[in-house]
Amino acid sequence: MTDFAQFLIAGLSLGAVYALICLAFVVVYRASLVINFSLGGMVVLGAYLAYQFVAWRVPFFLAVLLASLVVALVGLAIERLVLRRMVGQPVFAVILITLGLLYVLEQVCTTFWGYDLRMLGDPWGLRTFAVAGVTIKVVDLWTIAASAVALGLLFFVFRRTTIGIAMRAAASDPEAALAHGVSPRTIQGLAWALAGVLAVIAGVFIGSGSRGVDLSVSAVALRAFPATILGGLDSTEGAVAGGLIVGVVEVMSAAYITPNAPSLGSNIHVVIPYLLMIAVMLVRPYGLFGTAEVRRA
Amino acid sequence: MTARWRNTRLTTEYADDLKLFRSRLAQSGAALLVLAWLVLPLLLGEYWSTILVYAGIASIGAIGLNLLTGYTGQVSMGHAVFYGIGAYSAAVFAGRWGLPFPLWLIAAAVAGGVVGGLVGPFALRLRGSYLVIVSLGLLVLGTHVFENWSSVTGGLTGTTVQAPVALGPVDVGKLSIGSARLSRNQGWVYFTWAMVAILGLAARNIAKSRPGRALQAIRDRDLAAEVIGVSLVHYKVGAFVVSSGYAACAGAMYASYARYVSPLDFSLLLSIQFIAMIVVGGIGTIHGSILGAVLLTILPRAIEAVSGSLPFVSANGTGGGLTVQSLNQALFGLLIIGFLLFEPLGLAEVWRRLSRYFKAWPFSY
Repeated sequence: MTDFAQFLIAGLSLGAVYALICLAFVVVYRASLVINFSLGGMVVLGAYLAYQFVAWRVPFFLAVLLASLVVALVGLAIERLVLRRMVGQPVFAVILITLGLLYVLEQVCTTFWGYDLRMLGDPWGLRTFAVAGVTIKVVDLWTIAASAVALGLLFFVFRRTTIGIAMRAAASDPEAALAHGVSPRTIQGLAWALAGVLAVIAGVFIGSGSRGVDLSVSAVALRAFPATILGGLDSTEGAVAGGLIVGVVEVMSAAYITPNAPSLGSNIHVVIPYLLMIAVMLVRPYGLFGTAEVRRA
Repeated sequence: MTARWRNTRLTTEYADDLKLFRSRLAQSGAALLVLAWLVLPLLLGEYWSTILVYAGIASIGAIGLNLLTGYTGQVSMGHAVFYGIGAYSAAVFAGRWGLPFPLWLIAAAVAGGVVGGLVGPFALRLRGSYLVIVSLGLLVLGTHVFENWSSVTGGLTGTTVQAPVALGPVDVGKLSIGSARLSRNQGWVYFTWAMVAILGLAARNIAKSRPGRALQAIRDRDLAAEVIGVSLVHYKVGAFVVSSGYAACAGAMYASYARYVSPLDFSLLLSIQFIAMIVVGGIGTIHGSILGAVLLTILPRAIEAVSGSLPFVSANGTGGGLTVQSLNQALFGLLIIGFLLFEPLGLAEVWRRLSRYFKAWPFSY
């Protein structure tokens, strides 16, 4: 039972990171109908920048803030310089552009920081504490708490502020929003900048603790895809739900399936989220919370 | 008089659209290509022959993907899986069961096609971005199976492949002209590019006839296609079958040529490379697929060749700095971005513009 509780917390912590990444996917998708493959590059760039600022003796939280600022600007630049020109092009062309950006961003990172693992220098390190026999990593709790705060803040912005409501309006009906004076350009730029901030928070938590930062941090963002689809590409609630579900399922399957069925392979926890996603999509093609596309002749 | 003045360069009749060679010029162009096919392997050294073989194999895979993505509009990131299925099929059919040459290649293509047929129905229910992610799931699943089904694939260590391309007395690895022996690579250039020609023409025939028009109708608007009587089940699944068959055929040839395959050969990068090939070459064209495949196969080698003289590139990247590998990847990304932004229809469109300029000269259109 204590094992289970421990795995549950680890799973929720991973799920919280996934939820942040999913939300970054969803925010961009709602604003510009693009799956942003370059998000992996933004995540790893954010983690490296945070590492670099800490290495320059900037206090940790300020370092994260600075990194967020820089990556938000990168997101804005990508939207302005590249995505803006692709308006009206086929979906897959735009997806491909973001894939190309992923390669460029990743190689920018290897050019500056090489291939070696860098320790982030976060204040939590490997510290743990025990509650009723359950060993809990401090960094896991921080991950869950910080993600909850970030998500809560975002939901507040989406529900209660003018700019948040404008973003939702532009997502649900761009033309009607335009008619009410919501500029789609502002909204799209804002969405990409916001995705950058979320990516940095996610990247910092992936790279903190014992994990460290290297290029494979980028691949974690790729692992959040099934979570995004599971929840529905255009649903913020779905992003959180999908992220948490996939995080817990991933940790649980690594903990319980791999030792009991070694013939399935040691990486089965990477595959199971995708199987879950495919199973869900056969029943609900637009995810658990996604909006079904209406086809009209 | 009409017959005499009829311009063979313009499409005036439906039959023109179906013709394999539209003009004398096209015929002589084809003859030149055949000549190049005959002569080039004799002139090129071992290094460039190897590259040409890989370019040919990549062309076949790219043609397959273009039928699916370029003509039918179904984006798939799972192309590498079918390529891998072909490779491992060659290892099993030829290496273990000892099937003779044309049989193992055909069996491998069929194996890929069957799996493609199983995956195809997903495309009936999912569209656009969702399909992209599901095909990504297929890739993750496929890679997992390749890594763990050790009795067939050899797991992470990979497996050697014994799949000689030999029909009766003719062995592609041991061709000779008169008394002069050709090297294995030279023989393979002949074989690979003959296959490219056959499969390319087959794909062109599919694209130019009724099924091809059905596929393009689905791409442009599937609902409208359905209304005018194009069966989505039939053609979408059919496109997946044919495309995967092409990929598997290419994979089997790759395995036979390389004689060793491992799961690392069939990663996400390979899928993205195929997508990049058709984007750079030209979406929805057969010759574009070949152009793109050749360019993207040669480019990394060319960069390797010049990078020694570039001051900002280091060999191994200790302590940061740009390495050859990362320069390659970054250029690969920039190439995709550049083509999509500035030449979305790829090299095929550049070619078309050039040839139109010369055809219409001295007029500008």
